[in-house]
Amino acid sequence: MARQPDGPPPPPTVQRLRLRYTKRGPLRFASHRDLARALERALRRAQVPMAFSAGFSPHPKISYMGAAPTGAASEAEYVEIGLAERRDPEAVRVALDASLPPGIDVLECVEASAGGGALADRLDSTRWRIDLAGVEVDELDAAVRALLAAETVVVAKRTKNGPRDIDARAAVVSAAASGEAGRAILHVVVRQVTPTVRPDDVLAALAAVADLHPPLPPRAVREAQGRLDDTGEVADPLGPDREAGSRCQGEPQPV
Amino acid sequence: MTVESLYPRLEPLLAQVQKPIQYVGGELNAQTKPWDAVRVHWALMYPDAYEVGLPNQGLMILYEVLNERADALAERTYAVWPDLAGLMREHGVGQFTLENHRPVRDFDFLGVSFATELGYTNLLDALDLAGVPLHAVDRDETHPVVVAGGHAAFNPEPVADFVDCAVLGDGEQVVGDMTDVHSAWTAEGRPGGRTELLARLSRVEGVYVPQFYAVSYAADGTIASFTPNRDDVPTRVAKRTVMDLDEWPYPKQPLVPLAESVHERMSVEIFRGCTRGCRFCQAGMITRPVRERTITGIGSMVDAGLRATGYEEVGLLSLSSADHSEIGQVAKELADRYEGTNTGLSLPSTRVDAFNVTLANELSRNGRRSGLTFAPEGGSERIRRVINKTVSKEDLVRTVTTAYANGWRQVKLYFMCGLPTETDEDVLEIAELAVEVIRAGREAAGSKDIRCTVSIGGFVPKPHTPFQWAAQASAETIDHRLRVLRDAINADRRIGRSIGLRYHDGKPGVIEGLLSRGDRRVGRVIERVWRDGGHFDGWSEHFSYDRWATAAAEELAPFGVDLAWYTTRERGEHEQLPWDHLESGLDKEWLWDDWQEALNEDEVADCRWTPCYDCGVCPTMGTEIQIGPTGRSLIPLAVVGAGRPQDPAVGGGPQVDVAVDAAVADPVHTH
Repeated sequence: MARQPDGPPPPPTVQRLRLRYTKRGPLRFASHRDLARALERALRRAQVPMAFSAGFSPHPKISYMGAAPTGAASEAEYVEIGLAERRDPEAVRVALDASLPPGIDVLECVEASAGGGALADRLDSTRWRIDLAGVEVDELDAAVRALLAAETVVVAKRTKNGPRDIDARAAVVSAAASGEAGRAILHVVVRQVTPTVRPDDVLAALAAVADLHPPLPPRAVREAQGRLDDTGEVADPLGPDREAGSRCQGEPQPV
Repeated sequence: MTVESLYPRLEPLLAQVQKPIQYVGGELNAQTKPWDAVRVHWALMYPDAYEVGLPNQGLMILYEVLNERADALAERTYAVWPDLAGLMREHGVGQFTLENHRPVRDFDFLGVSFATELGYTNLLDALDLAGVPLHAVDRDETHPVVVAGGHAAFNPEPVADFVDCAVLGDGEQVVGDMTDVHSAWTAEGRPGGRTELLARLSRVEGVYVPQFYAVSYAADGTIASFTPNRDDVPTRVAKRTVMDLDEWPYPKQPLVPLAESVHERMSVEIFRGCTRGCRFCQAGMITRPVRERTITGIGSMVDAGLRATGYEEVGLLSLSSADHSEIGQVAKELADRYEGTNTGLSLPSTRVDAFNVTLANELSRNGRRSGLTFAPEGGSERIRRVINKTVSKEDLVRTVTTAYANGWRQVKLYFMCGLPTETDEDVLEIAELAVEVIRAGREAAGSKDIRCTVSIGGFVPKPHTPFQWAAQASAETIDHRLRVLRDAINADRRIGRSIGLRYHDGKPGVIEGLLSRGDRRVGRVIERVWRDGGHFDGWSEHFSYDRWATAAAEELAPFGVDLAWYTTRERGEHEQLPWDHLESGLDKEWLWDDWQEALNEDEVADCRWTPCYDCGVCPTMGTEIQIGPTGRSLIPLAVVGAGRPQDPAVGGGPQVDVAVDAAVADPVHTH
């Protein structure tokens, strides 16, 4: 039988909070592990009463999901934390935001509604904005058309287990081009499949179908993450919890 | 003067390199100051990768001490990995600091902390990337003054051509003195140029300016003379010593990186110096005397540091932490304070002593119970007498067994190989010891689920130690002894499978030996190796023994010396050593006598508990041992009840009131 630590088990989770946070500026170079470390330390500094797992090596209850790749910025990263004592979600948001470095900004914090299902199930797509400096809009537009016209576009993706061919086209729900001074902007909605199709893979697909090779490193921002709705838009994954929360308003809220 | 940020030009390169987060800065507790608001600008460098350099305590201390001054600022820089360094050279982006991505070239000082000599090639890499001439004599007033510090600076001769100054000893006060000198020189309109600045710096206690001294060599390759070439510089340079550690509670706000680092914890230095007298240990020799931080000083630093960082582990750091006069009380009272907060407390490796198991039990009460590490250093009782780290085999086995009986599943034992007078038999006793530890441990734990990891490093003789005269063991000797040891451990697989053996081959140690006891002629070897592509020599994937060996053979031949001359040659009593003009306080005659006692397998006791044995440090340096017990204690930190949030905290965690010291006595100063 596995050994168990002496003493009582840790207190259970009494409240689950769901947070939306950003990865802005130079912190777009943080990896998901860097972010996890930063978040765990910020939770301790902010003295959020975290629930811990049992065992010899207790870990705070934190569920990470769908992290944007290293180098990509994000306005829509999500995490769920389990608390051992109830807290006002907005107070947690403010305290945590103050504890995190500038660039990792906590935008929203809502309590998970009972029976509302897992947050991960509400995150199946991403809307990306990818800035391509030095690329003409017409050039990008033509490339996007070629991509959408293709049935499959196989690109080589670097994975832990070596290069692997994936169909980048299958994951692309919609794509469009727009322009600003000196740059073209690619707006693309990508379904989160396994293995993940990342901005780099979409750009590899554009290179494959239209020989598009941006002269400068592209800059990607995840603008939204959520479930794809009937109109092809990305829905707010915290919406159901926020609605459930507002229905409960008027109930005494423990601070 | 406005200094541009290199970030806009660096950013596009970051998308193309490994772990780009290490180059963007923005760590928690990083400090930024406007360039023009201060007179003196320090770039502080740890010459290794960010993940190794960031947790360095010395650099963090100086960073805060300098930034607290109104007239100075300090920013940090680390060695850049080859992938980014290549892109920076291609795109003309210079070595930068992390706070504001300012060019290192524009700072007044570049202070480099050398914990190990293997960082020397990275110094050259950084100078080159920064656009600073490699040789001190080629620099002018527009270039930073390049300062070497850290333990390796006690023999800076191998890098004498590349540094403007070496600083000996504790840095807290001397950086301030150097800042004052620079500031005054600037205010006076920089009279006499760079040479005058360096001359003024050379008169600061603890600062050595190599270019003001000339060396000549005898026909046998040894040093014939070492003399100042100006009459306004000291003939000997003595180290600096900070007294009363409680007055220097740094770092107050330890840096917390986003990136992973080698030490995922905060550290509090509980005392500085060590007088155990382990003869191999340069740190213990050059940092005397022992100066303890008091229990209340430690308590406040732990409290402030945890609040400032959010770390979940605190390391109680020193050269031999269990020797703190109040350690038992420190362990118990800190564990009491942080009960129920998932805060771990840890000690670095300790001497083999049953008391240390009790300590470790106490410290691990609230946190994760990782492994326990002991450092017997020598395999046999005989060799442990030679190195003056005496513990009997019975005590060693009993102590480790106690650890297993107390629920520790993993014990790590540190040893050295290649010690003076060592034979195969001394090293083979490590295997006997490990086997016995596992046998007794399985019985004590009532389980086969225990492990012992034997970690072995090759011994490198260091300056300012009794072994500074010793012949270093050759790489072949080290490799042979490690081989017979491995075979002995694996002889019985039923036991051997519970024993892990960690070691490196003997070759890197030979190069470390060359750099440790080298003189100015070795500078040519370092430069040649760097020109041939050498850097990150502490990393096995970058270190090339052949590159070093070839460079040493070719660059040293004109002087009639070679790699073996610097490493495997035993020195005589009257040979002038390259570091003899640098004063650690240790009397050279005492060091020689201690070397003779080592050869006679005679022990020397610790002067904290027995009469002074005249090592020379206290009278020479005007210092004294500062130890407790103070009689003070840590009162429990009042835990604020849950449900009463305090801004900006949400409450309920390890929330604590400010520590109040229950002072009843002053620290006891002996001697």
